[in-house]
Amino acid sequence: MRDILSSVRQRLRRAAHATRTSGDAGDGGEDDTVASDDGDPALDGAAVVTDGGTAASGDGIAERLNDRFGDDFTESAPFWLPPFLLVGLFVYGAIAWNFVISLTDYEGFIGPDYSDLDFEMYVRAANDSGVIDATVNTFLLVVAFTAVALAFGMVLAILIDRNIRFENTFRTIYLLPMSLSFVVTAQFWLWMYNYNNGVVNIVLGTAGIGPISWIGNSSLVLWAVVFALVWQFSGYTMVVYLAGLRAIPTEHYEAARVDGASTLKMYWRVILPQLKGSTISAAIVLMVFALKAFDFLYSLVSGYRPPNGADILATKMVREAYSTNNWAYASAIAIILFLMALSIIGPYLYYEYKQGNL
Amino acid sequence: MSDEPLDGSDSTDSTGRTDGIADRLRDDLAGVDGYRVALYVTILAMTAFFLTPIESGLVTAFKTNPEGISSTLPFAPPPPRFFTLEKWQTALAALGRGMVNSALYAVPATILSALLGSFAAYGLTQADWRARYKAPVLTMLVAGIFIPYQAVLVPLSQFWGAMPLQELLTPLWVLGVPEAYTGLVELTITHVAYGIPICMVLFRSYYRNVSEEMIEAARLDGATFRRTYRRIVFPISTPMFAVVLIYQFTQIWNDLLFALILVSTESSPAAPVVLILAGLGESMEGQDFALRMAGAFIAALPTLIVYIMFGEEFAEGVAT
Repeated sequence: MRDILSSVRQRLRRAAHATRTSGDAGDGGEDDTVASDDGDPALDGAAVVTDGGTAASGDGIAERLNDRFGDDFTESAPFWLPPFLLVGLFVYGAIAWNFVISLTDYEGFIGPDYSDLDFEMYVRAANDSGVIDATVNTFLLVVAFTAVALAFGMVLAILIDRNIRFENTFRTIYLLPMSLSFVVTAQFWLWMYNYNNGVVNIVLGTAGIGPISWIGNSSLVLWAVVFALVWQFSGYTMVVYLAGLRAIPTEHYEAARVDGASTLKMYWRVILPQLKGSTISAAIVLMVFALKAFDFLYSLVSGYRPPNGADILATKMVREAYSTNNWAYASAIAIILFLMALSIIGPYLYYEYKQGNL
Repeated sequence: MSDEPLDGSDSTDSTGRTDGIADRLRDDLAGVDGYRVALYVTILAMTAFFLTPIESGLVTAFKTNPEGISSTLPFAPPPPRFFTLEKWQTALAALGRGMVNSALYAVPATILSALLGSFAAYGLTQADWRARYKAPVLTMLVAGIFIPYQAVLVPLSQFWGAMPLQELLTPLWVLGVPEAYTGLVELTITHVAYGIPICMVLFRSYYRNVSEEMIEAARLDGATFRRTYRRIVFPISTPMFAVVLIYQFTQIWNDLLFALILVSTESSPAAPVVLILAGLGESMEGQDFALRMAGAFIAALPTLIVYIMFGEEFAEGVAT
C-alpha cells in the first residue's frame, strides 16, 4: 500500500515539477536506466524531466544527483548534510584517527609519529593483566547490570501496570534517579556504602550482618557498582516495558484468563514473549550505559586512581591517556572497547535494518 | 502535552483492559485480599528503595561533620545540635561558578543539537531518497548514539589542541572574557556533534508519524523543501522539541567525561559543575559527606527541576 502511495506521490511530484519547469519533458533516455535499476517499474515511462542539455550546468548536476539518489536529494541536502558531516567528522573521523594513533608509539607532548605503524600496543594490551581484568570486568558489568536492570525494571512495570492508585507518582519516583548525573549518584552511593555510617551497613547490621567494606573490598566493589547502577537505571527499563505492556491488546489478557491461566502463568506464557522488542531496545541502551560507566567510577574513587577491583576498559583507557600520557596505548584500549560496543550494536543495527526501521 | 503516550495509555486502561468503574470498584472492595495488600506493600518497598539514597543524602547535607555524621543514623534528620546550613553555603560557594559555566555551554549545545537533529530527521524522513542510499547515511547517524566516547577521546584532544581557538576568539578576550573559556566553546561544539544522533532519532520517530498528506499538499502547492520545513514541519514539531530539549539538556548538564577531558581541572575558571562536584569534600582528613551531599543536590537542581516539571516529556524521550 505504501509503495503504491509513494509511486503515486512521485508521479504527482514529477508532473508538478514538469508544469513548473518550462524545460522539455519526455526525453526519458538516460533516466529510464536509472529508474529501472531502482527496481520500480511504475516509474519507467513516467514523464521524467531532464535538463535535456539545455538548462544551466549547475542545475544539471542537481538534476543528475536527484535522478541518481532520489527526487529530493539536492533539496534535502542542506538539511541532513551539515549534521551528517559534523557527526562523520567527530565520530567516524575520530575513530579512524584513534585507530591510526593506536598503531603509533605516541606517549609525549609532541604529536604522534605516523611514520612507524605497528600493532605493538595491541600485543602489549593482550599481555597486560590490567587490561585483561578490565575487559573481564567490563563484560561482567555489562552482562550483570543489563540482566538485573531488565528483570527488575520488568517487575516494576508489571507492578505499576496492575491498576494501582497514584500510578503517576510511583512512576515518577522510580524514574527519578535517571535524571541525575552519574557524578551525583556516585556521591549518594559512596555515602550509602560508607563503612561506619552508611545506610547499607546500618540496615544489614540490624540483621546481624557486617559491617562490610563495599567500596574497599576488591571482590565486592564491582557488585556494589552494579547495584547502584541498577538503582539509577531500572526506572528507565520500567518505562520501556510499560510502553510495551500497554501496546499488548486487551484480548490477550482476557484469552489467558478464559483459559484459566494464573496471573503468574499469564505473564510468563502470554505477556513476556510479546515484550521481546522492548527487551531488545532496552538491553542495547543499558549495555551502552554500562560501557560508559566511567563517570560513575571516576567519581567513586575521586579521580584517576584505579577503582580497585572494578576497573573497566573505560576507566583504564582514560587513566592511561590523561594520567600517564600513554596515548597510543590508551587508543588501543579504546579500540578494544569500541569493538566490544560494535559487537553489541552491529547485530542490533542489522536487525533494525531488516525490520525496515533504517 | 500531558496527554502524550504515557498518560494516554492510562485511559485505555480504564476503558479497555478492565471493565471500567465496576471492575475498579470490585478490585477495591476485594482490595482487602492478600494479593492486593502484597501488591501495595511491594510497591511501597520499591518506593523506599528508590528514595532512600536521596533521602539519606538530603538529611546528611544538614548535619555537622564529623560529629553529626557519626552520632546519628544515616537516614534520620539531624537533631538541633547537629543541624547546620554551613555545608550548603560552602557547596554553593564552590559550585556557583560551575553552575554558570555549565549553563553557558549546556543551553546553546542543547538548542543547537536539537535544531540540527530536527534538520537531519526532516531531510532523511520527508524527502524522497532511494532507500539504498539513504540507509547508510541513516545507519551512520543512528550508530553515533552507541559509540563509547573513549574511542574518540585521544583524537578529540588532538583536534582541539590543534584548533587555533584562542586566536579565533580574540575579540572575546578584549571584552574581558577569560581565555580559559575556550574550553566552553569546545564543550559546546563537542556536545552538539555527539548529541545530533539521539536528537535525530527522536525527531525521526515523530516525523514518520506526521501526516504525509499535509506535507504533500504543501509540496504540490509549490512550496520548496525548505519552505515546507519552516512553515509546516517546524511549527508542528513543538511537542517533540520539548521532549528533545529536556532530554538533551539533562544529558549535557550531567556529562562528566567531556568536561574532564576538555577543561581538565576543577580549578579552571571554566570548570563545569559536575567536574567541581567530582572532587568536592575530598581532603587528607577524610571525606566530608555532608558537603558532598549538599553539593550533589545543588549540582542536580537544574535537572531535578526540569524532571519534576516535565516528567512526561522526559519519560517520552527516554522510552523512544
